[in-house]
Amino acid sequence: MIRKALHAAVSLVLSGALALPLTAEEHISEILINEEIPITVRTEAPPYVEGLDEIMSGWLFRSEETQALQLDDFDNPSFVFVDQGMDLFNKVEGTAGKSCAACHQDLGEFAGLRASLPRVEDGKIVTMEDLINECRVERMGAEPWKWTSTQMTSVNALISMQSRGMPVNVKVDGEARPFWEKGKELYYTRFGQLDLACANCHENNYGNMIRADRLSQGQINGFPTYRLKNAKLNAVQARFKGCMKNIRAEPFKVGSEEFKALELYLASRGNGLSVEAPSVRN
Amino acid sequence: MRNTAITLAAFLLAAGAAHAQTMPSDVVFEDGAVAQSLTGVPGDPANGRAVFKNRKKGNCLACHVNSDLADEQFHGEIGPPLDGVAERYTEAELRGIIVNAKMVFEDTIMPAFYRVDGLNRVLKKFQGKTILTAQEVEDVVAYLMTLK
Ligand code: HEC
Ligand code: HEC
Ligand code: HEC
Repeated sequence: MIRKALHAAVSLVLSGALALPLTAEEHISEILINEEIPITVRTEAPPYVEGLDEIMSGWLFRSEETQALQLDDFDNPSFVFVDQGMDLFNKVEGTAGKSCAACHQDLGEFAGLRASLPRVEDGKIVTMEDLINECRVERMGAEPWKWTSTQMTSVNALISMQSRGMPVNVKVDGEARPFWEKGKELYYTRFGQLDLACANCHENNYGNMIRADRLSQGQINGFPTYRLKNAKLNAVQARFKGCMKNIRAEPFKVGSEEFKALELYLASRGNGLSVEAPSVRN
Repeated sequence: MRNTAITLAAFLLAAGAAHAQTMPSDVVFEDGAVAQSLTGVPGDPANGRAVFKNRKKGNCLACHVNSDLADEQFHGEIGPPLDGVAERYTEAELRGIIVNAKMVFEDTIMPAFYRVDGLNRVLKKFQGKTILTAQEVEDVVAYLMTLK
C-alpha cells in the first residue's frame, strides 16, 4: 500500500501529467492469476514485428480496478459465462444425440490449442470457432453457432482457458505465410472516413490516451474477453468490427477470409505473451 | 410577413453559401496552407468551439488537450496541446491542417476533415461525405484563431 502510494507520487512527478497505470510504467512482466498461474504480460517482440520492441498485454493498460478483476477467477465476471459454457458442453444436441463431452471427456486435452490458433490446414485458415462448428455440424448433426453468440463465446472461453498461462505460439511460416502476409497488409491499411490503420492507434500510439481510453497494442491473447462496457464475453472478430466502425469503415464480415487473416497476424504479434483467456477489459 | 422575410433571408444565405462553397476536390493548397475561405462566409468561433468538442463532428478532444475546454473531461494526448495554436500558425495554415492534415504532416494519424477521395471502405452512411461541412471547417478555423 505504502509502496503503491510512493510509486504513484514518483511517477506523477516524473511524467508531470497523468501517468500510465503503475503496472505499465513499472516494468511488470508477469502477473499471477489465482496466485498460481503465471502470465507473461510483457516480453520481447518477435523479430517480424518491426514496429515494436516489446509486446504488452492489454491488461497492462487498464485501470487498477479492471486489472484486479482478472487476477482471481472469483472476481472475474467471465466465469458466469464459462459456467454456461460447461453446461453447453455437457448438453446433448443434434441428430447424433451427443454432447461435446461424449467425445471430449477430458477438457485438459484442449491444453495448448488456443495458443496455436488460428492455424492453416489444407490451404485453409482455421479458427476456434471453425473447429467448434465443425464438430457441431459434422459430428453432432446440430446447427452451427453464430460466431459472436453467447454460446460460441462461452464454449470458446471454456476451451481457451485450458491453455491459460501457455505462450501464444502461432505458426507464421510454411502454409501459413500467405495468410499472415494478407493479415499484415490489412493491419497497415488505412480504412474508413477517418482514414486510419490499426497500426496508427495500436502500434504508433499505444500508451497514449485517446479521449478517455488508454490505447493498448490491440493484442488478442486475452480473447474471448469480458468487457465491462457490454457486460459479456466478446469474440475477437467482434472487436475488430467495433474498431473498424469507430473509424467509420465498412467492417469485413465476422468469419470472412480478411478477418481470419487479420486474426492470424494479430495472434502472431503476441507470440510470447501468455494466453490470458478469459480476460477482463473495459 | 415576418415569416416570409426570415425564409427569404435564409434562402439567400443558403444560396449564397452554395454559390461560393469550394468542393473538397477543388481546395487549393500552397505549402500545406489554404488561403481562400471555403465558403466566403466568415467563420463563427462559437459554433467552431461546439464543433471542436462534439464527438460526432470534430471530436478534436479525442487527440488534443485544449485548456479552453477544461470543463470537458478527458482530453486525448495523441496530438500536441492546442493552447496558443493561433500564435504558431496563420489562418491559412490552420485551414490547411483541418482540411487535410496529411498535406502538412506526412502520414499523420489526424483525419482529413474536408476530403472525400482516396478513402477505403467508408461506411455507407458516410460515403461521399466530408467529416465537417465547409462552413464547419471555417467555424473551427475561426475558433482556433481565438486560442492565443
Ligand atoms: C462425435 C464425437 C464428437 C463430438 C460430439 C464433438 N467432437 Fe469435437 N472433435 C471430435 C473429433 C474426432 C475431433 C478431431 C480430433 C483430432 O483431429 O485430433 C474433434 C476436434 C475438436 C476440436 C479441435 C481439437 C484440436 O486439437 O484440433 C475442438 C475445439 C472440438 N472438437 C470441440 C468440440 C465441441 C465444443 C463440441 C460440442 C459442441 C464437440 N467438439 C463435439 C469429436 C467430437
Ligand atoms: C482510432 C484508434 C483505433 C484504431 C484505428 C483501431 N483501434 Fe482497436 N482499439 C481502440 C481503442 C480505444 C481500444 C480500447 C483500448 C485498447 O485496448 O486499446 C481498442 C481495442 C482493441 C482491441 C482489444 C485489445 C484487448 O486488450 O482486449 C483489439 C484486439 C483491437 N482494438 C484491434 C484493432 C484492429 C484489428 C484494428 C484495425 C482494423 C483496430 N483495432 C483499429 C482504438 C483503435
Ligand atoms: C486521431 C487523432 C487526431 C484528431 C481526432 C485530431 N487531431 Fe489534430 N493532430 C493530431 C496529431 C497527431 C497532430 C500532430 C501532427 C503529426 O505529427 O502527426 C495534430 C496536429 C494538429 C494541429 C497542429 C498543432 C501544432 O501545434 O503543430 C492542429 C492545429 C490540429 N491538429 C487541430 C485539430 C483539430 C481542430 C481537430 C478537430 C477538428 C483535430 N486536430 C483532430 C491528431 C489528431
